[in-house]
Amino acid sequence: MSSLTQQAAAHQAATVRRRWLLKAPALLTIILASVGPLSVMLVYSIMAKGSFGGVNLGQLSFDGWMNVFVERDPFDDTLVLADANLLILWRSIRLALITTIATLLVGFPTAYYIATRPEHIRSQWMLLITIPFWTNLLIRTFAIMGLLSNQGPINNFLIWIGVIDTPIQMLFTDGAVLLGLVYVYLPLMVLPIYSSLERMDFNLVEAGYDLYATRLKVLWHIVIPSCKPGIIAGSILVFIPAIGAYVTPRVLGGGKNMMMGNLIELQFGQGRNWPLGAALSICLLLIVTAALIFYIRASSAKDISHGH
Amino acid sequence: MATKAKAFDLKAQPGFSAIARIAVVSLYLPIIILVVFSFNATSSLGVWGGFSFGWFVMAWHNDLIINAALFSLFLATVAGVFATIMATMAAIAMTRSDAYRGQTISYALINQPLIVPEIVTAISLLIVFAAVKSATGYSGTGYLVIAHTAFCIPFAYLPIRARLEGMDLNLETAAADLYADPWKTFVHVTLPRLGPGIVAGFMLAFVVSLDDVVITDLVKSGGQETLPTFMLGQIRRDMTPEVNAAATMLLIPSILLVTAVHLINRKK
Repeated sequence: MSSLTQQAAAHQAATVRRRWLLKAPALLTIILASVGPLSVMLVYSIMAKGSFGGVNLGQLSFDGWMNVFVERDPFDDTLVLADANLLILWRSIRLALITTIATLLVGFPTAYYIATRPEHIRSQWMLLITIPFWTNLLIRTFAIMGLLSNQGPINNFLIWIGVIDTPIQMLFTDGAVLLGLVYVYLPLMVLPIYSSLERMDFNLVEAGYDLYATRLKVLWHIVIPSCKPGIIAGSILVFIPAIGAYVTPRVLGGGKNMMMGNLIELQFGQGRNWPLGAALSICLLLIVTAALIFYIRASSAKDISHGH
Repeated sequence: MATKAKAFDLKAQPGFSAIARIAVVSLYLPIIILVVFSFNATSSLGVWGGFSFGWFVMAWHNDLIINAALFSLFLATVAGVFATIMATMAAIAMTRSDAYRGQTISYALINQPLIVPEIVTAISLLIVFAAVKSATGYSGTGYLVIAHTAFCIPFAYLPIRARLEGMDLNLETAAADLYADPWKTFVHVTLPRLGPGIVAGFMLAFVVSLDDVVITDLVKSGGQETLPTFMLGQIRRDMTPEVNAAATMLLIPSILLVTAVHLINRKK
């Protein structure tokens, strides 16, 4: 009589079936409206360019990928470096890295200060950090735009106190984009650092002072190593949306200070080079994936050496 | 010596308190200036010309803004409800079991919309939906609903999963021991205690949908303007405080909902 094992197997099968049925709507929606379309993008990046935008399906071509780095000179048909693309790629990486460092320099002391407050005050501070994070990104970018514009409060104030006669052009520069990115993504740096500092054992700090360490030494050799996971998580959380930013460079950079996101949109719009746009999208995805892999490696690394 | 040791604050670091204060003020100052100028009597965005509700009255009578605001609320409600239901189901399936095959891939799928840059998702949706639109002739709100539901799912999923993981499983086992079937156990035991997580999940999904601009801007068909896409369209024109008034109206529900989620989570 194997009915007992049969029953167990049937029960097991029913559990598995129910589990997949429960997950199906969420997974199918994401496949339909995210993973699926991304796979189409991957396919489009290796197709030939259509004459009026679009692609010639079925005609394999690596021109899209080649055009990321090189382009044909229209006069003598030689291959030259695609300066414009590479410049934008470099600007995106540079701005994303500077944004990460700047948010870290401001975000770490902020998170540390909040984490060392009494408990009831802590939660109020964290609410103050969380609200901007959930506030419309476009509105926050608009707010920076208003601040920096030629008719904005900063220029008006400077003219009023007589420092300048004509407004300084602050909008539509790399600096404006950078300021916008730092402003918009700062809460993403503070949140994970705060949660790892909150769990920190301050007895270690006391031990450090007992051994005559200075404040700087305690910070560098005890506090920072013990909240390294939070620092890494915050850096990744800032770097990933910063490198893929679209709204901030569009609003604050004007037409000329583009980042990857804007360049991609241009290829699908006026540029009418869909394979290039698709290849650039995959490049952006690869950079993001590389950052994530770095994150997973770094956060699962077992060594808790004290950072010498 | 002893008194000096007592006065020594272990946790203090020089300058950190100033940086924290400046950071928080800087986070709010630009938004406050934007809101203040929505009450400006003149059309300037940089010179204060006296207090007035004029731009709000004007926005209120601007059909484009009101229709966009109503459509934003409709979309956020529908996508928020769908995303919350789907996320709840998925969270139950994924927390109420031992490790199994396909768990990692399911988890990666659920969180996938968080990772991919929005502009990339937006353009790939544009390509696919354009093809579906021309093949079927349907250009209704369905496209926006499914796109919003997809990127709202991970946000709804997070608090629900966190709540499920923090729950005591013994009550569910007890219900099962008393011959309650899985559905009854869910309705009478799990769901009531999951409530705050579901509410928080819905609110986050709602706010995320309300805030979206990139995906909406590329997926929308004619007549499907949301408040953020309307505002993005305005930057090419001469901006007046009317846009600030619209932004102020959009800020209010986000701030209220986030504060509510914060209070709910605190009462765990």
